[in-house]
Amino acid sequence: MQEHQHFKNYHVESRTFTGRVLLTSILILGLTAVLLYRYYSLQVTNHEDYATQSDNNRILVQTISPQRGLIFDADGKLLADNRPSYILSLVPENIKSIDDTITLLRTLVTITDNHVNDFYKSLKTNRRPYQAIPLRFRLTEEEIAKIAVNEYRLDGVEVQAKLVRDYPAGSLFAHSIGYVGKINDREWNNFDEDKVKRYQSVHTIGKIGIEKSYEDVLFGEVGYRNVEINARMRVLRTLEQQNPIQGKDLRLHINSRLQQIAVDALGDRRGAVVAIDVETGGVLSIVSSPSYDPNLFVTGISYKNYNALRNSLDIPLFDRALQGRYPPASTIKPMMGLGGLSEKVISRSYKIFDPGFYQLENDDRLYRDWKRTGHGIVNVHKAIVQSSDTFFYDLAFRMGVDRIHHFGAQFGLGQKTGIDLPSERRGLWPSREWKKQTQRLPWFPGDTINLGIGQGYALATPLQLATMVTTIANRGKHLQPQVVKMIGEELLPPKIINQVEVDERYWDHIFKSMKDVMHAPNGTARRAGSKSSYMMAGKTGTAQVVGIKQNEKYDSEALRERHRDHALFVGFAPLDNPKIAVSVIVENGESGSGTAAPIARKIFDAHLLHKSSAQKKVPIKLSATSLSPLSAERSSQSQRIKLAQRDAQ
Amino acid sequence: MLAYNRQDFIRRMPEASHDLRRRRSFWRVVHIDPILLLLLLALTTFGLVVLYSASEGNNSLIKRQAVFFTIAYIGMFTVAQIRLDYFSRWSVLFYLGALGLLVLVLFFGVGAKGAQRWLSLGSIRFQPSEMMKLAMPIAIAAYLSKKTLPPRFKHVFWSLILVAVPTVLIVKQPDLGTSILVAISGLVVLFYAGLRWRYILSAAVLLVASIWPMWHYVLHDYQRRRVLTLFDPEADKLGAGWNIIQSKTAIGSGGIDGKGWLDGTQSHLDFLPESHTDFIIAVLAEEFGFIGVLGLVVLYLLIIARGLFIAINAQDSFRRLLAGSITLTFFVYVFVNVGMVSGLLPVVGVPLPLVSLGGTSLVTLMLGFGLLMGISTEPPRITHNR
Repeated sequence: MQEHQHFKNYHVESRTFTGRVLLTSILILGLTAVLLYRYYSLQVTNHEDYATQSDNNRILVQTISPQRGLIFDADGKLLADNRPSYILSLVPENIKSIDDTITLLRTLVTITDNHVNDFYKSLKTNRRPYQAIPLRFRLTEEEIAKIAVNEYRLDGVEVQAKLVRDYPAGSLFAHSIGYVGKINDREWNNFDEDKVKRYQSVHTIGKIGIEKSYEDVLFGEVGYRNVEINARMRVLRTLEQQNPIQGKDLRLHINSRLQQIAVDALGDRRGAVVAIDVETGGVLSIVSSPSYDPNLFVTGISYKNYNALRNSLDIPLFDRALQGRYPPASTIKPMMGLGGLSEKVISRSYKIFDPGFYQLENDDRLYRDWKRTGHGIVNVHKAIVQSSDTFFYDLAFRMGVDRIHHFGAQFGLGQKTGIDLPSERRGLWPSREWKKQTQRLPWFPGDTINLGIGQGYALATPLQLATMVTTIANRGKHLQPQVVKMIGEELLPPKIINQVEVDERYWDHIFKSMKDVMHAPNGTARRAGSKSSYMMAGKTGTAQVVGIKQNEKYDSEALRERHRDHALFVGFAPLDNPKIAVSVIVENGESGSGTAAPIARKIFDAHLLHKSSAQKKVPIKLSATSLSPLSAERSSQSQRIKLAQRDAQ
Repeated sequence: MLAYNRQDFIRRMPEASHDLRRRRSFWRVVHIDPILLLLLLALTTFGLVVLYSASEGNNSLIKRQAVFFTIAYIGMFTVAQIRLDYFSRWSVLFYLGALGLLVLVLFFGVGAKGAQRWLSLGSIRFQPSEMMKLAMPIAIAAYLSKKTLPPRFKHVFWSLILVAVPTVLIVKQPDLGTSILVAISGLVVLFYAGLRWRYILSAAVLLVASIWPMWHYVLHDYQRRRVLTLFDPEADKLGAGWNIIQSKTAIGSGGIDGKGWLDGTQSHLDFLPESHTDFIIAVLAEEFGFIGVLGLVVLYLLIIARGLFIAINAQDSFRRLLAGSITLTFFVYVFVNVGMVSGLLPVVGVPLPLVSLGGTSLVTLMLGFGLLMGISTEPPRITHNR
């Protein structure tokens, strides 16, 4: 056999070959089946997954930020604008070394450590790849030129035009309109999914004031654009686009002219002024002084500026009108008198003798009148006109804390007014329950007596006092104060909170008393009310900053300036058909009649005597006014829209 | 010898008479196998259509590829005219020539990505390893067909040496894909020659045993990475895994009927790398879907079936072994490429035969089909092995 194999056997060779070919044919079919199964599983069984993955590869959803709504005052003057601003941003994916690039940029434009820190912070937050991160805002023309010249060595550096909020009136409305600012970590963390989407390309949010409380309205709705990109993130075409819904414009009740007059009247004193339209509850003016420039916050305030504001003894960041809690002092006397009359505790003719102090039976404590010699025989009218403390000590004692609390609460004391501004404080309108709960002490008769003249536990914000006096001016119709008059084209109706039911005769009586405060020869604010062409009503107040001990004479000279009394005034005008109600607080202003009342008078005059204010309707102007030097450069609306669209890309 | 000749003659009588009848046929005269030609034309046309899409409608690229096709077809027709005996006779020269060029590549080769695969002659660049794909089966088929079959150990041994030397040279370039194909084109001849099962089994055992040392001492880092990537492409998403993830996404997103010609997003938006070369089937799968893949695979299977049919009907062992090797190697080509693009096999640089862009491999393959056509249309000889 061994021998035999040395010869070629063609037949066997052919047969063997055919056998092997058959074998390989089976192998080929088997392996092909494996391949086809593989493709079947990819293309048919798991098609959905891969189709999704393929779409995820190529489709990028870009947000198109809407234009933030503008804010106008009652006369149509622009108070919050969107201005194009040039932003230096980096696209990290296109940069070899971020540190080197920043170092290089620092030789060209001003970049502080603060900018760099903020940049790295945003770099760490959720972002899409290839999304530019802002480094510097508000580039000057010169800086833009420098970057353009060095473009060749600045890969991944972009200069984008973006709309930035601008407040042409500067510090005039810092507390009321507020400002938008960069979204901070805490805000990001509290955002739900929708908000994260919404703010992804916007970076700023309303921080305080109208900008915060009307954020949703002003913001509008984000638009989306599905773009097709290639592997290098180049956008090739737009597949689908949903345009953004622009934010709605707001028109305020606030009148810039009145606001300016109030600010000027306050001058460099610390204090607050709130003026309310009696008919609607619309806030005509709301001032907290001193103020600051909200534009500083829009693109991130520097630490230096921020610390200066924060550490200032005058606390300009503090909104006195909404958050400052002051003893209402004598300004609540008209309301107290009304309460006494309404509750039949006193009558219009009820009289007491005021020896200059008040004393409870079985108690040596003397409750002093501000006038040491007393006012003699006083009724409720005289007690309001001359601001007798003794009369109201007596009234409060007779009325009792429960009735006082109940009656005062109807005027909004101790409650938030519900104004459409954020961070309002509720003040304090004490009751037995309140004292028991917070101090674990029973209510003492002395507490009631102090409450009668708005001292003791009672605290109110200037806004609450304005609301109170508006309610009086409205004869019990308690309106919710509102800053915003119109959202877009929609007029916001006045909101009535409650109606204080008091006999008309008593209203008349209190109106007369308050008128005489301003116009009677013995009225405390007669100087402020003199020589006017209309009648006004008011009540002064002087709030103790430091409690005066028994038998101690109050000597303002000896106290440091900041321990002087606060000067207060509430009032409305004209008497017969009230249009405007005002509360004024001047911190350490000493005298309600001397300091606060004249401010109110200026506001009354400005509102009632200015011819074109209420009657003439000024059309809304978009580009405006000499308030900001930047306004001249402000581009037209259409240009802004274009910028916003470009910006979204 | 005479006795064997006669025996062969007798065995061939019915077929010979069959051949005699067809002798006057046009195809026999021009040495063209019409079925194979039709299938190849269908495949190359389809290939150009896919390539057009993969190259983003780049006309100059398509034109260049068309020129290659023309050259390849001319080469195929030319080879088909040559009597097979000449190949058998000059097989040693082919083999040594190809081997010499491979050695030259080691010293004067040019290339990219750390591999020296090309020889540059003025403006013409070619891959000597491609020539070996033909020289190898010709040499081993010629060598073994002169021996008694099944091959004895001595002949198996020398055959293996013939396979090993060029394979190692190509691995050194390094070009794992081509070396595998070259080795297979030689080994397949051995298998078809009737290599005894005990050899095959011991080789299989040896292969399994050699996996560990191969892994550690022979494979390059990038090759190892490719294998690892196969098992877990997600581990290196942007690096080695990228190709596989993207090609699987392209294939999978094609679905049953595809996204449509020129509408493949993975390839047109550059997510799919090597889309007009090694990964072109992903483009096809994306744009023509599973139906397109099925069509392509069926086309390949028909070509392979025709090749094997030609091999079975060939006149002697040399022709049988050569035709069988060319056909089976062609299948391996297809299998490795289609498998690797779909993540079934590691990524080795094997193009999709007759579809992927590239001149050298195209010409080599078509020359191989030229040999098949020659074998298919050769006039029967009453006597041979003279």
